[in-house]
Amino acid sequence: MAEAATLPTTRDEDWRYSDGEYLAASNPDVINHWRTIEVPAGETRSEHSMHGSGEASDGMVDRLRVHVGKGGRFEAFKTIAAGRYARVEIEVTLEEGAHFEFGGVTLGGGDKVQEFVTCTKHSHPNATSNQVVRAVQWGQSTGNFLGRIEVARDAQKTDAAQNFRAILLEKGATANTKPELEIFADDVLCAHGAAIGQLDEQASYYMAARGIPPEIARKLLIQAFVGDAFEAIEDEATRERMLERTLSELDQATV
Amino acid sequence: MLKITNLHANVGDTQILKGLSLEVNAGEIHAIMGPNGAGKSTLSYVLGGRPGYEVTEGSVEFMGQDLLDLEPHERAATGLFLGFQYPVEIPGVSNVQFLREALNAQRASRGEEALSGGEFLKLAREKAALLKLDMEMLKRQVNVGFSGGEKKRSEMVQMGILDPKFAVLDETDSGLDIDALRVVGDGINAIMRAPAKGVLLITHYQRLLDYVKPDKVHVLAKGRIVTSGGPELAMQLESEGYEAVVA
Repeated sequence: MAEAATLPTTRDEDWRYSDGEYLAASNPDVINHWRTIEVPAGETRSEHSMHGSGEASDGMVDRLRVHVGKGGRFEAFKTIAAGRYARVEIEVTLEEGAHFEFGGVTLGGGDKVQEFVTCTKHSHPNATSNQVVRAVQWGQSTGNFLGRIEVARDAQKTDAAQNFRAILLEKGATANTKPELEIFADDVLCAHGAAIGQLDEQASYYMAARGIPPEIARKLLIQAFVGDAFEAIEDEATRERMLERTLSELDQATV
Repeated sequence: MLKITNLHANVGDTQILKGLSLEVNAGEIHAIMGPNGAGKSTLSYVLGGRPGYEVTEGSVEFMGQDLLDLEPHERAATGLFLGFQYPVEIPGVSNVQFLREALNAQRASRGEEALSGGEFLKLAREKAALLKLDMEMLKRQVNVGFSGGEKKRSEMVQMGILDPKFAVLDETDSGLDIDALRVVGDGINAIMRAPAKGVLLITHYQRLLDYVKPDKVHVLAKGRIVTSGGPELAMQLESEGYEAVVA
């Protein structure tokens, strides 16, 4: 019960890039609430969600705790375009041979703070996970990805991958990433990569030289960029819809 | 068609073009040759409007318009094609998507209707066949993982599909083996050798000129055209070197 009474602050490592003011003014019961999903052994569950710029103009925190049974699969594909503070947190525990697939996109301007926080617990052998997060920020906005991977002592043959890339469209936009790998087994593969940059100017110019106006060039490049996060969506129609809804948020961009 | 008058251009604080003048009429193919550092690539980028290349003096008139007044994509829409020495890779964007967007953007600016997916593929198939290229290449991401030769062939397919009025080809022959050189040469002839079209071919070597016969050859050195002549000038450069001819 002590947990329910306290609020996290930016001094907490997992909340270091969050919006302290928003947290301080929040209801602890809401902030500390976890949804739960149980994926039975051998089965698949998925969640696709779009937190659009139209919703929760003050902020939102969505925390999800998932347990994936032996050989099961949990997949989550999410876009955060909401603000001012929007956080989607997923904690996944993987039984033997289970898989966690995650694709996330943060996209926003103004002074929005948008973040994905994941904790992937490889507690048994042969489990796999793959996470791809893309951030597109403009204005004074911030996009964050905090990804912890915990590999237990006997979780041999774990294969965990995590990749984060951010594009900052304007000076003043920020991206933060913090991969955290805690590995106690010795026969594992854990890959992580992170890069923060700008829209590829050479590619933009190449497109212009072929007659593509700057606004279309930007859209094509961003589409290709965020597309990585949804590549693992098997159903093509779902994948396209996710991408389209995400890109429609770009029209809010002021740059 | 293209009239360059007393062109001066800087890259950063360095002056690269120092009073370059040149005129290419419809139906003509001109070659520009010159030693490293003469300003050949700068010329092509200035014509293409690449950011970072600043024109400080002079003018460029293209089909009666002030070319320097147009944005890069507007230059393309008026019919100017810039062949890149190093074609750029664009991960996540397929050639088909890239070229269809480009063609339809150009058509829109000319007040023409957009091509549907089917119409576009038909056109792409025609041009690929003309250049003896595999359609599969068009489904791949723009230049990603292409060899040097493939990139240059892909530039030719782009040129075929966009069907420009004028092409500035910057060392399109560099990095090509003999077979690819022939494909590129044939491509230039097939697409651009026409009474209403023009080409400015920028090259180091005479090799490509065996396949694409230029009407005129210019030697660019130290930022200006130092001498001009017929195809025989290219032969002379090849045998005597730039220094002897430029001096």
